[in-house]
Amino acid sequence: MCLGVPGLLVERSQPAEDLAFGVVEFAGVRRRVCLACVPDALEGDYVIVHAGIAISRIDPIEAQRVFAYLNEIGDRDGWTEGAPL
Amino acid sequence: MTKLQNPLAASLPGACPLPHLAGDRILLAHGEGARLTRRLIREILLEAFDNEFLRPLSDAALLPPSVGRLVMTTDGYVVSPLFFPGGDIGKLAVYGTVNDLAVCGAEPLYLSLGFIIEEGLPLEVLRQVVYSIRDAARLCSVAVVTGDTKVVPRGAADGLFVHTTGIGRMRPGIDLGPHRVQPGDRVLVSGTVGDHGIAILSAREGLDLGPTLQSDTAPLHELVRSLFESVIDVHFLRDPTRGGVSAVLHELGDAAGLSVVLDEPSVPLAEPVRGACELLGLDPLYVANEGKLVVIVAPQDAERALVCLRQHACGREAAIIGEIASMTPPQVLVRAPLGALRVLDEPTGAPLPRIC
Amino acid sequence: MKYVDEYRDVHLAERLLDQIRRTVTRPWTIMEVCGGQTHTLIRSGIDRLVPEGLRLVHGPGCPVCVTSLEQIDRALAIAAQPRVIFCSFGDMLRVPGTSRDLLQVRAEGGDVRIVYSPLDAVRIAREHPNREVVFFAVGFETTAPATALAVWQAKRLALRNFSMLVAHVLVPPAMEAILGTRTNRIQAFLAAGHVCTVMGYEDYRTLAERYRVPIVVTGFEPVDLLEGILMTVRQLESGRYEVENQYARSVRREGNLPARNILADVYEVCDRPWRGLGILPRSGLCLRPAYHDFDAERRFSVESVTAIEPAECRSGEVLQGLIRPDQCAAFGTLCTPDHPLGAPMVSSEGACAAYWKYGRSQDRTIPGTSMR
Repeated sequence: MCLGVPGLLVERSQPAEDLAFGVVEFAGVRRRVCLACVPDALEGDYVIVHAGIAISRIDPIEAQRVFAYLNEIGDRDGWTEGAPL
Repeated sequence: MTKLQNPLAASLPGACPLPHLAGDRILLAHGEGARLTRRLIREILLEAFDNEFLRPLSDAALLPPSVGRLVMTTDGYVVSPLFFPGGDIGKLAVYGTVNDLAVCGAEPLYLSLGFIIEEGLPLEVLRQVVYSIRDAARLCSVAVVTGDTKVVPRGAADGLFVHTTGIGRMRPGIDLGPHRVQPGDRVLVSGTVGDHGIAILSAREGLDLGPTLQSDTAPLHELVRSLFESVIDVHFLRDPTRGGVSAVLHELGDAAGLSVVLDEPSVPLAEPVRGACELLGLDPLYVANEGKLVVIVAPQDAERALVCLRQHACGREAAIIGEIASMTPPQVLVRAPLGALRVLDEPTGAPLPRIC
Repeated sequence: MKYVDEYRDVHLAERLLDQIRRTVTRPWTIMEVCGGQTHTLIRSGIDRLVPEGLRLVHGPGCPVCVTSLEQIDRALAIAAQPRVIFCSFGDMLRVPGTSRDLLQVRAEGGDVRIVYSPLDAVRIAREHPNREVVFFAVGFETTAPATALAVWQAKRLALRNFSMLVAHVLVPPAMEAILGTRTNRIQAFLAAGHVCTVMGYEDYRTLAERYRVPIVVTGFEPVDLLEGILMTVRQLESGRYEVENQYARSVRREGNLPARNILADVYEVCDRPWRGLGILPRSGLCLRPAYHDFDAERRFSVESVTAIEPAECRSGEVLQGLIRPDQCAAFGTLCTPDHPLGAPMVSSEGACAAYWKYGRSQDRTIPGTSMR
């Protein structure tokens, strides 16, 4: 369960529709996505999309946390730093 | 049966002002062999394919004697929709047949063309498919030498089915096949995988994934010829259509009694196809291609084969993706980025999008 | 792809694996709940790269696998009806009912269509006012907001020809059922990151405390899973049993409030039978009375077939993590992807299918090749 794919919100539609929609881009593929559950997501944000709806807005600061975790727990072995973002 | 779609809605160039043939749709009578059939042949088919072999319109084509062995292939084309991003059923039929001949080591020469048309198909659709076949055949320097037309009642075909037979002449000195494949041989692919299947899935299922997804429908005979002309000793050639690269490698493995190990990060993938596969939960190794080659050569020839492929427009993204191994029973294995091996199973039906 | 590629970084993954190896001193058994996590673990080989004593058990996180046989048979009966356009996620098409699956119903003339989103089914209903459009609402809490929005939209549009066959199930009751069995050996959970994206992780605190199991909300990419496993073994080794959130870029403690609101508006919690696990109380979602007009179960009176599970199918034990798929006598013999006995063999997330596809190669080095 739950294929949720991160994509870039490139366009929010006009709020005149009964449900908020927008266009999300995944590696060059664009799809119309329902944004009703992410009212705070703005164009330029990344959202996670599942079954045609955005279920969360990716928090860029928290996203970085995973790369700092090893350092936090004292993993010091002269490895090169983690992935660039 | 799905409602007959008119695929022409947005995609046609300006229509040719040909006279109406008994209205603008195919009728059952068009397949009965009488007046309407002759008009159809004359006004659409012969007009597009005129050549010395077809012109007599006899029941069979009289072909010149051949020097060298003949190669023959046959195929049915039932794609839906008839027109899709990057191609159409006509192009697919010609290139698919030409490619089947080319990967056997033959130079493609002649095609037969059979149409099974659903009653009610707009004549304009048939005409556009025929023009597409004409243009594709010219590009491949093959002649359409004989054909057949049948019309079936509404609902019995998905608009149009096309059936072909291709005849080619075997190039001298070519010996291809599973019997030539050895452990240590390198597996190459001529470009990005999964393009066609994703484009079709997107168009057919209305997945609304945007215009960047295009089928890779293309003729490969030039690419193949340049491989042979570079004096590379090709052991095995196949074009991976339905079932994708996985299907070809399984067939090979079974026939040769050998295993294949693929390096996952090496498999070329176009960004939009990658995005679509991620979104739909599909593995591109199972998705159909229509303009790609799987090439297997001895290890010392791999780099040269790669350079040769990359010199062509159709081969720019060519890559070495794996190796033949001697483990039994024969398996197709994929090495993931972290180093672990997994079994790539045989495709068991069309890949389906998933949410899980 | 941003927010995907970084979490597949091999060097980071190797560092995390290394740290896991250095942390583990005793055998531990961890269950990952979500089928998407199972998929990644096996596909990336993580389950074979972790230290010997660390056992990863694949849980019932495959809503396709756990949809009850009765509900599948009901779906098949509805799909076979002449005026119906039956819309479903691709996952469900090959799941076997008592005697056939949706693909066979399609072959027999049923109008069965794959949709990527339940909102597409609503669109189909608008485009075909003379047909009955039914959507098969399968899935965990992750998928429920999408189906809720679909039926909410259908109601706003006053569509008369749209209904849903609801089979949603909830994760925490399943985790509790597993922890509560006498034979339970699970010592920690990797909780499903997208389920928690919607619902948050407050519910898991009582579970963690009552059963003394660490629960780490985890994402789906290799780096996420390795980090989640590392956080879990660090807790296990130090005797802690807390709820932690590895997938913080998507999951907040309270979850997604607009999504939870739409769920509360459309659905209520009810008892639900799980294939292989039996009826779990308060483990499913059902349409509230205000939406009963859109309930396919009420709209279509289909003959209730006595759903008969094949005797040889041990999917229940597999789903609970009590046996591995290859420990079932039918695995690879009576039961294969071509002729599956139960859903875990059909669904791409099912433990049996995953084992079949990915788990059969044990070798790390390949004789006769130059590959490392």
